[in-house]
Amino acid sequence: MSYYGDREILKNISVSIPRGRTTVILGGSGCGKSTLLKHLIGLLKPTRGNILINGKDITLMEEEELNEVRRRMGVLFQGGALLNSITVADNVALPIREHTKLKEPTIQIMVRMKLDLVGLSGFENLYPSQLSGGMKKRAALARAIALDPEMLFFDEPSAGLDPVTAAGLDQLIMKLKNVFKMTILVVTHELASVFTIADEVVMLDHGEAIFSGKLDELKESNHPKIRMFLERRPEEEAYSPEDYFRMIAGD
Amino acid sequence: MMPSIAETFFGSIGRKTIPLLKDLHDASRLINDTLYWALISPLKGKRIRFGAIVSEMVKAGYNSVPIVAIISLFVGIILALQSAYQLKRFGAMLYVANLVGVSITRELGPILTAIIVAGRSGSAFAAEIGSMKAAEEIDALVSMGINPIRFLVVPKLVALMVMLPALTVFSDCIGILGGLALSATVLEIHPANYFQQTITSLLTKDVLTGLMKAWAFAIVITIVGAYQGFKVEGGAEEVGRRTTASVVSSIFLVIVFDLFFTTLFYYFT
Repeated sequence: MSYYGDREILKNISVSIPRGRTTVILGGSGCGKSTLLKHLIGLLKPTRGNILINGKDITLMEEEELNEVRRRMGVLFQGGALLNSITVADNVALPIREHTKLKEPTIQIMVRMKLDLVGLSGFENLYPSQLSGGMKKRAALARAIALDPEMLFFDEPSAGLDPVTAAGLDQLIMKLKNVFKMTILVVTHELASVFTIADEVVMLDHGEAIFSGKLDELKESNHPKIRMFLERRPEEEAYSPEDYFRMIAGD
Repeated sequence: MMPSIAETFFGSIGRKTIPLLKDLHDASRLINDTLYWALISPLKGKRIRFGAIVSEMVKAGYNSVPIVAIISLFVGIILALQSAYQLKRFGAMLYVANLVGVSITRELGPILTAIIVAGRSGSAFAAEIGSMKAAEEIDALVSMGINPIRFLVVPKLVALMVMLPALTVFSDCIGILGGLALSATVLEIHPANYFQQTITSLLTKDVLTGLMKAWAFAIVITIVGAYQGFKVEGGAEEVGRRTTASVVSSIFLVIVFDLFFTTLFYYFT
């Protein structure tokens, strides 16, 4: 459970993310999916409740111990969140330099490998501001997988990208799961991408998990909110004309 | 039901003090963490980022040299003129050297340098950290297991703690030179006499207390800049607001600390 001030953001969420599969957290804007993601990577602590990763509760961990767990995680933030003051190659090399004692030539080789994997060979010496939105995300993905993490988290990978670039990123996510056997968690509201990449789906609505299961089960679900989401129907008018009048009159 | 007068009164006190206490708590935590990562963690074998320190030293120190030089020169000249204005009535023009030397090294050198650096670098720290916060770059660092205070604040702190005293010494020299230039030309004091008078009037402790102030100012400027930067929530507008706030509050705190140290040195040196 988690609160922002007095506002309850997440409640009654009890889900498990299976190892080696792609789980998608689905939900409308403002339903708390990004907040849930921030809890999972330890940026926020829940007011109540536990988060277990490999059987250990990260909400009870001290900074040092949490950093050990974070080393086995990669996170791709919404805007990429590359450090703007250093080059793409330095960005990718950053976690390697900070967490290992590898020699510089080895690091350079690793960086080129990761950049090649995301299709950015030859862009090593550019600065993030010189890249397009899609390239930034791919560079950020290269940084997220720099230390070959077991778990990979994506916050809205297709937000702000054109359909072709977004589909390219989905392909990349599939490749990472199939080739590197990573556990992947994607937060999104993009239906097309859900149907391509998801094995498992967790659906949030107003901070509550209303569905958790396989993709096929989601498609067959009769839950009205899920149907509304899958069929792209707008939410019904919440109040009657009298209520509306009362609301705008301010009493 | 309308709240009673007492309720409104205590409510308004509470609404003002509770956020203030939270700010104090955040600031003390930042100071605590910064000192831990700057002083204790290197002893535990954690690497210090020398490259970043050097680059911060260039940005905050080396690049401030021209502006510090010009302002110190002018202030030295102004100070010499003002002292001459009073001293010529007593026919004690040579004492211009004493006044310029002592006030520059004990007071004006450190505080002018600190104010220039607060304006140039303190604001840059707040803007850099603030825009990184707004673009989720700080979150990205944390999620990579990199402590943002160690990564961003410590190099700036070390750089300023080296460069601010260095700039202060530089400013002292240029300020005295300014006084000398004016005295030699307008006041017609022989440069050798002026120089000799400055040397005899200055004590080592005058220079040292100035440097101790500079050291304290370096910590104040870095912490205020970083604090305002980390406080940014939201977008670019907030970054601008926090940057301005960092300049205002670091200049204010520099003067508060100056008052404190000057009083201290007045009684104890």
